[in-house]
Amino acid sequence: MKGLIDFVNNLRPSFEKGGKYAWLHSTFDAFDSFLFVPKTKTCCGAHVRDCMDLKRVMTVVIVALAPAMLFGMWNVGEQHSLAFGLDMSFWGKFWYGFLRVLPLIIVSYVVGLGIEFASAQIRGHEVNEGYLVSGMIIPMIMPVDVPLWILAVAVAFAVIIGKEIFGGTGMNIWNPALLARAFVFFSYPTKISGDVIWIKGVGKAAAGELVDGFSGATALSQAGAGIAPDALHTVAGQPMDAMQMVIGNMAGSIGETSVIAIAIGALILIYTGIASWKIMVSGVAGALFVAFLGGIGAQEGTLAAYPAYYHLIMGGFAFGIVFMATDPVTSAQTECGKWIYGFLVGAMAVVIRLWNPGYPEGMMLSILLMNTFAPLIDHFVVSRNIRRRVKRAVVK
Amino acid sequence: MLNQVRLHKGLNIPMAGAAALKMGQEPAPGVIVMKPTDFRCLVPKLMVKEGDKVQAGSVVFIDKFHQDVCFTSPCSGTVEAIVRGEKRKLLEIRIKQDAVTEYLQFAKGTPSKLSKEEIVKALLSSGLWPAIIQRPYGIIANPADTPKAIFVSAFDSAPLAPDYNFTLASDIQDIQTGVDAIRKLTGGEVYLGVASESSVLAKLNGVKAYVFNGPHPAGNVGVQINHISPIGKGEVVWTINPNFLAAIGRLFNKGVYDVARTIAVAGPQASNPCYVKVLPGVCVEALSSMFVNDGGQVCGQHVDTRYISGNVLTGKNVGFLGSLGFYDFQFTAILEGDYYEAFGWCKPFRPGKFSVQRSYFSWLTPGKKYNMDANLNGGKRAFVVTGLYEKVVPMDIYPVYLLKAILANDIDKMEQLGIYEVIEEDLALCEYVCPSKIDVQNIVSNGIATMIKEMA
Repeated sequence: MKGLIDFVNNLRPSFEKGGKYAWLHSTFDAFDSFLFVPKTKTCCGAHVRDCMDLKRVMTVVIVALAPAMLFGMWNVGEQHSLAFGLDMSFWGKFWYGFLRVLPLIIVSYVVGLGIEFASAQIRGHEVNEGYLVSGMIIPMIMPVDVPLWILAVAVAFAVIIGKEIFGGTGMNIWNPALLARAFVFFSYPTKISGDVIWIKGVGKAAAGELVDGFSGATALSQAGAGIAPDALHTVAGQPMDAMQMVIGNMAGSIGETSVIAIAIGALILIYTGIASWKIMVSGVAGALFVAFLGGIGAQEGTLAAYPAYYHLIMGGFAFGIVFMATDPVTSAQTECGKWIYGFLVGAMAVVIRLWNPGYPEGMMLSILLMNTFAPLIDHFVVSRNIRRRVKRAVVK
Repeated sequence: MLNQVRLHKGLNIPMAGAAALKMGQEPAPGVIVMKPTDFRCLVPKLMVKEGDKVQAGSVVFIDKFHQDVCFTSPCSGTVEAIVRGEKRKLLEIRIKQDAVTEYLQFAKGTPSKLSKEEIVKALLSSGLWPAIIQRPYGIIANPADTPKAIFVSAFDSAPLAPDYNFTLASDIQDIQTGVDAIRKLTGGEVYLGVASESSVLAKLNGVKAYVFNGPHPAGNVGVQINHISPIGKGEVVWTINPNFLAAIGRLFNKGVYDVARTIAVAGPQASNPCYVKVLPGVCVEALSSMFVNDGGQVCGQHVDTRYISGNVLTGKNVGFLGSLGFYDFQFTAILEGDYYEAFGWCKPFRPGKFSVQRSYFSWLTPGKKYNMDANLNGGKRAFVVTGLYEKVVPMDIYPVYLLKAILANDIDKMEQLGIYEVIEEDLALCEYVCPSKIDVQNIVSNGIATMIKEMA
């Protein structure tokens, strides 16, 4: 380790002011602080500091994402083997999925981090770690068949328009990962909805290649199309119950299908205190509340007639409420505001699902909408504190 | 039964090197340093020149804008040097101490029989007035004001802080006299915040005592004010440390300016953490035998010792050639932080490091004390994580919103969000826990400076 420190110390002068590669200062700095906790001393204020930094925060989120990602990889193989009637082993399915998902992750990171490095370089700032998480989430909320160039454009849009023009990590209004998905959703709708994009290879499959009774629709789009809860079916046309939706071996975006894997991530986030449990709890409450209200007197054969809890296990609700609604930068920042924000995210998601004729999934739009209103929620919460203070002022 | 206030928010930082309850060797007479920079917003006017003889209680400099506020020498001796900085800013007056202290005699008296004006005059001329701090802003009180109330925090909850039950046990008589004196200065009450009913100071007469139960910053007077009677716009309250109450008591009982205090010498780099009786302005050098002066090893790299006048949250890095501040009651010595730690942020375990959050595993060892050093432990970033500051600020305040108002220089918002209720020390823990390594105290300082300028 001493050798590595000496090696980097020798390189450092060339990247500092006046050095040959001073223009690459931010890039060098990013790698330097990746390898070592920097030797920065506290200069003013508290002399000792907690050993928690943003890198660690982001690392914990990535660890929390890992179960959903690993399950997603296996599920890509699983769905592929079901659709084509192939006999694949457990590891075979995982390996198949791994090879299909890896390019998405690489494209997401290369494009996103490339832009992050470039903008840090232009501004002369340190490179922010925020994209480490966004870069992992973006592939997880995409269908596995999304073309890489669309992914690259979406990532560039999200990082530039969603984040960098506001000033980088910590300054953005909307969750960058969701913005990437929204970009694809509105610009290339056929690539992110429909029945053929959720399973690798189905879009290009020749007639007869797929198993009999094949249907590529996700549970949510089946429900949106008026199929009753007990008639939901898997890719191969087998009946699908709620338990299977909790486990997650069904069609959907790569990381969103398994409620169990997401719940493991949620436990990690809540236990480490990185994400707000208040947002998660109130989000679930909001969704159940609206689904319950919507269900009163609902016609048979509509999504509204589904039991309320189905909304938690179908589509991207679980993933969204755990990993994206809780993004500290774009969610409400006051503790009281978090309750309200979470509730509205859940409620709006189900409102969009139930009363939007065009598209059954509402989580993405709901979170983006509430991201927009989060500062307003905080404003009201903070105003209450201000009113208390103004009331006791002697001089007005 | 005293009034009880239970605080749930806050954090006791588990630092190693707490001072043992025993007295160390008093330093031999040396150089005592008076620093006008100890006092916020003070523009000093020097009243001595090099070579002048002074007694304990002789005026050394005064406040240029309130010329009746005097700053007097804590010891007798000769003015050895006057140190100035850029633009001839007065930094230090160094006084070579006599072997035996000669005290300037002030009038003795019984405060309960004196008028408010007589007490103010005695405090001003003796040099004890600067001990009284005004809130808002944490500046020296204006003698022309009558505060709503006076607050005394009878315990210090900061990391490795001195235990006043130990350091002030023999000064109860003087403190009672001090309380009698300051009671005359306010139209309202004198409030006393104690850690428990068994505290030696809980028995003082003429005060309204509250028990504050909870982790740091329960001992911060600002937090106590917020729970007893929050400061509104247009209100002024005063605060004073019990050590200064003892000095005020000695002024009235013995007629001397005697600010000698028992301080804690603590921290991982203190060779023998204990208490010692010193004067404010005592040099680190005079106590050098109590520190590990040649630094130490962290991650295989050599780092120096950092000497802090005060505690690790709010103290000043004074260096080996520095001295104890007027308002400080401890020296803390830690290791500097200029070392690299390979892959520190992604190691699952970092047994030597403490984190209040659970993403490191220090929560598994709750009793452990840590040898903390001055590494920033990360890089500076924008505000990202939310809800953390609120966990360590037991006040009815939104710290992040207040800080953002200060950064935006929005005076109305600062006022509305409670700038009058805080000084740096009240938000120091925010700075400690911040994963974005934001210099919270510096921001608060700037905010207070702006308010003083704009409201003057």
